[in-house]
Amino acid sequence: MLEVTDLTRAYGTAGSAHLALKDVSLRVADGELVSIVGPSGCGKSTLLRCVAGLLPPTSGQVVLNGTPVTRVPGRLGVVFQDYSRSLYPWLSVRDNVALPLRRTMRGRPARRQAAAASLAAVGLTDAGHRYPWQLSGGMQQRVAIARALACDPVLLLMDEPFGSVDAQTREDLEDLILRVRAERGITILLVTHDIDESVYVGDRVIVLTPGPGQIRADLAAPLPQPRDQITTKELPEFVHLRSEVSRLVRGKPLAPSDDTPAPSDDTPARAAAPAKPGAS
Amino acid sequence: MPPDLKPFTSVARSPFAAAAGRARAIRWAQGLAGVAVFLVAAEIAGLLIPQTVLPRMSTVLSQAAGLAGNGQFLSDMAATLEAWAVGLLITVAAGVPLGLLLGSLPGVRFATRAIVEFLRPIPSVALILLVSLVVGSGLRMTVTLIVYAGIWPVLYNVIAGLDDVDPVAKDTLRAFGFGRLAVIRLVSLPSAAPFILTGIRIASSVALILDIGAGYVTGRINGPGIGAFISDANSGAGNTPLVLAATVWAGFLGLALNGLLVWAGDRLLPWHRASLGPTGQAGVPGRAQRLDHPEAAAAGTAS
Ligand SMILES: Nc1ncnc2c1ncn2[C@@H]1O[C@H](COP(=O)(O)OP(=O)(O)O)[C@@H](O)[C@H]1O
Ligand SMILES: [Mg+2]
Repeated sequence: MLEVTDLTRAYGTAGSAHLALKDVSLRVADGELVSIVGPSGCGKSTLLRCVAGLLPPTSGQVVLNGTPVTRVPGRLGVVFQDYSRSLYPWLSVRDNVALPLRRTMRGRPARRQAAAASLAAVGLTDAGHRYPWQLSGGMQQRVAIARALACDPVLLLMDEPFGSVDAQTREDLEDLILRVRAERGITILLVTHDIDESVYVGDRVIVLTPGPGQIRADLAAPLPQPRDQITTKELPEFVHLRSEVSRLVRGKPLAPSDDTPAPSDDTPARAAAPAKPGAS
Repeated sequence: MPPDLKPFTSVARSPFAAAAGRARAIRWAQGLAGVAVFLVAAEIAGLLIPQTVLPRMSTVLSQAAGLAGNGQFLSDMAATLEAWAVGLLITVAAGVPLGLLLGSLPGVRFATRAIVEFLRPIPSVALILLVSLVVGSGLRMTVTLIVYAGIWPVLYNVIAGLDDVDPVAKDTLRAFGFGRLAVIRLVSLPSAAPFILTGIRIASSVALILDIGAGYVTGRINGPGIGAFISDANSGAGNTPLVLAATVWAGFLGLALNGLLVWAGDRLLPWHRASLGPTGQAGVPGRAQRLDHPEAAAAGTAS
């Protein structure tokens, strides 16, 4: 269980502080996949960094399985938004993936084998001996994903992980993440600015307001599992949810509730209290 | 690591390798042409100017060739190389760890700033007499001077290299649960390696300058070396061609040692040149070329 309570984060010194996140509270159950959407600059990356223990909150706290996060928790996987900067140019792709395993796995052959398996899972079987700078942006992004998965994380934080891959690969990677989650029960926080993606992969979709980021809505996405790129996206629930998230991201009022198909009885879509005046 | 990393740098390297080979051949040809033009111009100038002022280039070159078979000169050259190697080794062994310390602990860096800023601008040549009084003459004196002068470019480049490490690269390893020391060892050090190498190359040039300069100033009392050889040659009248011939060798030595370090760097850091793209034209980031010492500046233009 991940609990974020009244998380506020400001950048800069007291005099010229810039508020990036304001009073964000959310709970994520074990094995849940939560999408976070919001306009760029609204504090999504900041939120992930605070959850990862890389950035101390200005106020509020993050609690993971009952322990306050004051440093990087164990068995965490992170895919950074700047994937090209988070891969090491002096290491081959395979050694990039194997590097974090040095902490947990003994023996170079074992690590390389685990790295190769993880690369195969993201469809990069033949790229292991190459160097990151020899790969396209989309391939580099997949290397970063393979590296996070190789560590066998229980909590996976992904910051716009499919930003620069083509549409087909993007769908494949979305399905890969869903499959891995189903197989291993990983808890996943996935930041995206793609509204379709947020609804397609998420058990829940959290919409943030423009900076300082606050939670505008926390919607359940009770679409049947396993999801399918074609049939799931044809469902009226999907279409409805997508429009709703879209309106929320754009800050438009929600559609009147009488002509919307009810998503599901036990997990009704609920919008959080409207943003306070002047907050956006 | 560099933010300007091209995401679509081609995987197939052979066409680029061929192009780079051609570019290298053209650069070599241009360099040789420049040397040839210089030599011809110097020879013509030597014909016009009295030999006592400027000896003929052909005389200088034939004397230089003769030095290759001169036992005294060869043992002097060996002594110069020894002092260079010992001095540079100590410089690197002391400068790199010290730079890592100062670069990763900003508190220590600020605490030592005043003393560093005082010591750094003192030209080592001004210290030759002082050092010979304190540590005596010979290899010890030369090495002391080399280390004193060479440590600054190494120190500054290590620190600049650490400052230049991408915070995302460090955060990535931290996010996988690694501690500070592991981040320095696995990310900061390899990432700063090109800077460190530049610092070592500058220190190498500085070392050679002081090596020969100190030998020349103190003369043969200080023991063998190219500097002592030049000093001896200078004391005999009409020996200007010999002085110049030995100087030509000193120049070649500098060129060869720099080439050796560049070659070793390319072997050690193959990703560095390659990740900059096919031509490697981007070079080391500008800040790696920091020339924080008067002698380093002089050496930098020579290298
Ligand atoms: N290191 C930093 N220093 C100062 N301001 C920052 C820093 N990182 C982010 N910000 C600012 O905080 C806000 C939120 O940034 P970020 O979390 O990266 O947003 P997002 O990921 O949603 O695009 C932005 O206005 C950004 O300019
Ligand atoms: Mg971001």
